[in-house]
Amino acid sequence: MSDFSAIDTGKEAGAGDFVQLLKPRVMSLVVFTALVGLLVAPVAVHPFVAFTAILFIALGGGASGALNMWYDADIDRIMRRTQNRPVPAGRISEGEALGFGLALSLISCLMLGLAANWFAGAFLAFTIFFYVVIYTMWLKRSTPQNIVIGGAAGAFPPMIGWAVATGGVSLESILMFALIFMWTPPHFWALALFMKDDYSKAGVPMLTVTHGRRATRKHILVYTLALVPFALALGFTSIGGPVYLAISVALNLWFVKGAVGISRRDEAQAEADKYRAEKAFFTFSLAYLFLHFGALLIEKSLSAIGMGGW
Amino acid sequence: MAIQVEHELHRRRLGRNTALGLALGAFVLLVFVLTIVKVSRQDENGNPPGMAPTAEAGQ
Repeated sequence: MSDFSAIDTGKEAGAGDFVQLLKPRVMSLVVFTALVGLLVAPVAVHPFVAFTAILFIALGGGASGALNMWYDADIDRIMRRTQNRPVPAGRISEGEALGFGLALSLISCLMLGLAANWFAGAFLAFTIFFYVVIYTMWLKRSTPQNIVIGGAAGAFPPMIGWAVATGGVSLESILMFALIFMWTPPHFWALALFMKDDYSKAGVPMLTVTHGRRATRKHILVYTLALVPFALALGFTSIGGPVYLAISVALNLWFVKGAVGISRRDEAQAEADKYRAEKAFFTFSLAYLFLHFGALLIEKSLSAIGMGGW
Repeated sequence: MAIQVEHELHRRRLGRNTALGLALGAFVLLVFVLTIVKVSRQDENGNPPGMAPTAEAGQ
């Protein structure tokens, strides 16, 4: 009888569960920023090679998501937001997630190396290593600055895109990295302010838990101010221009205004209007990043008709 | 309980296998097209485009 009950639990994984393992929402950011990095680079890439490169960068990002879900299954089981992920819900075993993640990592790095160049392939491998080993295994559970350094993993894709086209690193690609890297902390801490996840129960040292909400609000302001020079500096490089700079100035003014607002509020005010300012800041942070990279694309298309850049 | 020939579990398994089959098919097609693109863009010496031209290339 036990044999029957063992297979009759209704927990057989569907194809959608494996897609969920790839963290598709994170992947959309990876695809967009990597694509911009590739397109704004001064070297033209054959459209099909570009398509293949972006596909495998996305797959590599997905693979690191699967490895993250393998390693974090124990804390995902505790937190309400993540309980329904395929591994903690029991639809995919931890071993399956590990195998799936490792196999996809290998395939995506090899294919990126073959399609574009080995520097880009190695860079993707390093990104996966950074996200899985440095962030997930080491920093996430040991320091409240986990978001800050872990954000680097999410900031590498435009550099990989740039490397696909040029085969190397440059000031422009480092500044694109810096833009996402510095943007990540205020973005996530705003989320942490209103999501109120059960991080403490899961033993994850989130800044809101370890240093309190008051300190988190201050941190958001400081990191937002630190982000501004990087965002503006990108406008003075070969991939920037007056259009980018105008858009960036407007976005940064608005972003700093939001951060100042958050830093001046206390919990009572936030509770009273159901975290309206924090939610608005979080939503705007998504537009902030999207529009900055969109502005780089505008500069590139303007330069195609002889009007972009300086 | 009567034994059902078609269980919900079978439906999910079919979905998974179909997805894997499509993914493999797409992968084969991708490698094929990538090969065509790469091979057809090589010059007569087998170098990819953008490689430094040799001295005799200008003659």
